[in-house]
Amino acid sequence: MLRRRLFTILGFVIALAAFAIYVDAPGTPGFPITLGGRDFSDLELKRGLDLQGGLHVVLQADLAEGEELTDGAMQAVRGIIENRINALGVAEPVIQLEGNDRIIVELPGVSDPDEAIRLFKETGRLEFLGSGPFPLEEDSVVTPGDPGVELVLTGADLAGARVGFDPIGNAEIQFQIKDEAGARFAEHTGNNIGNYLSIALDGRIIQTAVIRAEISTSGSISGSLTAIEARNVAIQLRYGALPVPLRVVQNLTVGPTLGQQSLERSITAGIVGAILVIVFMVAYYRLPGVVAAISLLLYSALVLAIFKLIPVTLTLSGIAGFILSVGMAVDANILIFERAKEELRAGLTLTAAIQIGFTRAWNSIRDSNVSTLITCFVLWQFGTGIVKGFALTLAVGVLVSMFSAITVSRTLLLLFVRWPGLRRPFFFAVGRVPGLKA
Amino acid sequence: MFNIVGRRNLYFLLSGVLLLGAILSLAIFGLNLGIDFTSGSLLRVDLGVPTVTANISDALAASGFDNAVVQSAGENTVLIRTDPVDIPGRILIEDAIRTRYPAAHTLSFNTVGPVIGAELTRNALLAIVVASAAILVYLTWSFRNVEWSVRYGIAAVATLVHDSLILIGVFALLGKVAGIEIDSMFVTAVLTGVGFSVHDTIVVFDRIRENRRRHRDTNFDEVVNYSLNQTLDRSLNTSLTAVFVLTALLILGGETIREFTLALLIGVVVGTYSSIFIASCLLVEWANRRMPWESRAA
Repeated sequence: MLRRRLFTILGFVIALAAFAIYVDAPGTPGFPITLGGRDFSDLELKRGLDLQGGLHVVLQADLAEGEELTDGAMQAVRGIIENRINALGVAEPVIQLEGNDRIIVELPGVSDPDEAIRLFKETGRLEFLGSGPFPLEEDSVVTPGDPGVELVLTGADLAGARVGFDPIGNAEIQFQIKDEAGARFAEHTGNNIGNYLSIALDGRIIQTAVIRAEISTSGSISGSLTAIEARNVAIQLRYGALPVPLRVVQNLTVGPTLGQQSLERSITAGIVGAILVIVFMVAYYRLPGVVAAISLLLYSALVLAIFKLIPVTLTLSGIAGFILSVGMAVDANILIFERAKEELRAGLTLTAAIQIGFTRAWNSIRDSNVSTLITCFVLWQFGTGIVKGFALTLAVGVLVSMFSAITVSRTLLLLFVRWPGLRRPFFFAVGRVPGLKA
Repeated sequence: MFNIVGRRNLYFLLSGVLLLGAILSLAIFGLNLGIDFTSGSLLRVDLGVPTVTANISDALAASGFDNAVVQSAGENTVLIRTDPVDIPGRILIEDAIRTRYPAAHTLSFNTVGPVIGAELTRNALLAIVVASAAILVYLTWSFRNVEWSVRYGIAAVATLVHDSLILIGVFALLGKVAGIEIDSMFVTAVLTGVGFSVHDTIVVFDRIRENRRRHRDTNFDEVVNYSLNQTLDRSLNTSLTAVFVLTALLILGGETIREFTLALLIGVVVGTYSSIFIASCLLVEWANRRMPWESRAA
């Protein structure tokens, strides 16, 4: 290969390495680089919920027998859930539809997962029920069609809802009534002074009170709500009720301590594994082993940078995929070195042996990596979240490894053999060859 | 040079025994399927103090969770499996444990409904079938210029089935003796092991393809044996590096991925063995035999 071309590639590799290290380094290392509105200097590695704790829930439309989903119902569900979760202030929630009747919600790092599920899973159907002179018992389940029960208002008739506190400090939900409903409410309350009015949430009575005066514009619900329950109901009222009820079909909650511990252990394991591989490669292949070690380090820096740039959410299984791809990245090097060794023994010059080693090994590297990519693709198609993470990191790893093994290792090796001091059989672990020619 | 091809009957016998063992273990013990497939709930609880699992079982039974299965997982940690429960159910379980271990707290909670479980099982099987078919097609295409190109694909897929069966058999046994469960990550491990095994097999096949072209007058057995020896160092070294990283992950990695790593490790070892001793020997055996359906055509 031409000397100039070698140095051009080397320059490119060094620039790439510098960029990867820049992206990988935590914080802003000295100066910021922005491109297309993104600041490359301070990208965070996204950690999946198994690494930082959090909540993963799969919800399914809970329809009665024979009932069918209307068009756009799930989109509406998604929008409402999104609003409710945003009101909660969780960082980077994932809310996506799956199939035609499922929705996946992922909340990394959420501090109170149980309350979060309740907030977005409950339908949030609020009803004001008049029951004449007979009080409806709190906590009982009532539907508007029950005898003696009249539906006066629904959550959709309310304009604003927020959490407040009554004079003795109990949480309550304060609301405004929309104009057109206000007249209706005023008429009912005016005609029913002394009778009972109940408020039901998803069919369960949360408060029953005696109507003391005509109400038309605003009011409050107190019942026996805790502050968090009141906040949830207020959020649900603000963004409307879900058009279909949902049920939880899968729920994974990971505490923050377990995630942190798993992450630290996997990183330690990865470092120890990489050191073992490097020691083995250098001991067995000598100079090419050193080259493999350098391209392995570059490989790791590049993959990490790509994870940050795409970004890939790193899960525990993703780390395993990455660590496995380290083994596969080394394989490409091994294939090439073994091949080059054979050619050296056959009497070729160093440069020719390296070139031919790379050319001949390419078929094997391509075919074997394509088969791994096929497996990754299948895993991606059929897998759930955890499996997908593994497939994605393994695929990224395989693709980058082809670049690092072919371009980086070859360039470095060809540059090294330009130096006569390194052209000794010892450095190439080929004892039987008397002398090596460039 | 090692005479691998000449001793192929020995390796076929060894693999036959391994396969028989795997099938027997599968038939006798069955697979210890986890909640991903069977549906149910799994709680990982840190008790704060070491204990024996029977104490937890008692505490749970007292609260009505008679069929909860409790398993120790590390010093102070236990895994509790029950029928699928929702959040109120989980809180009941936690309360039951806290009556005896006030410091207990839940590390993770996973519940899988029956619908999801059935889907996962179907997808797992489908994934293995689709991956095998795709690899067969790709190999046949990639070796299209070689005589009997389809045989290379079939031999690779037969090896892949061999590896998966042995791995699944080992885990059926481990499920019985060590209580290890099969979850969706295990399916991933099987498929990755399959990928690794095929990866290895292809390197050897590729060398056979190349040597066939160079030494047209040498007989096929010798070409294969020669190719195997040429790629032996590489096969072993590549496996060694994979074994290094996986062993580090097995020993030092968190407890949550230990079983997954173990499956990968076994997959790599079996895959290396089969790519050296089985895949290419299948090609040789096939070349030396006339298949019933080939009686006239050849």
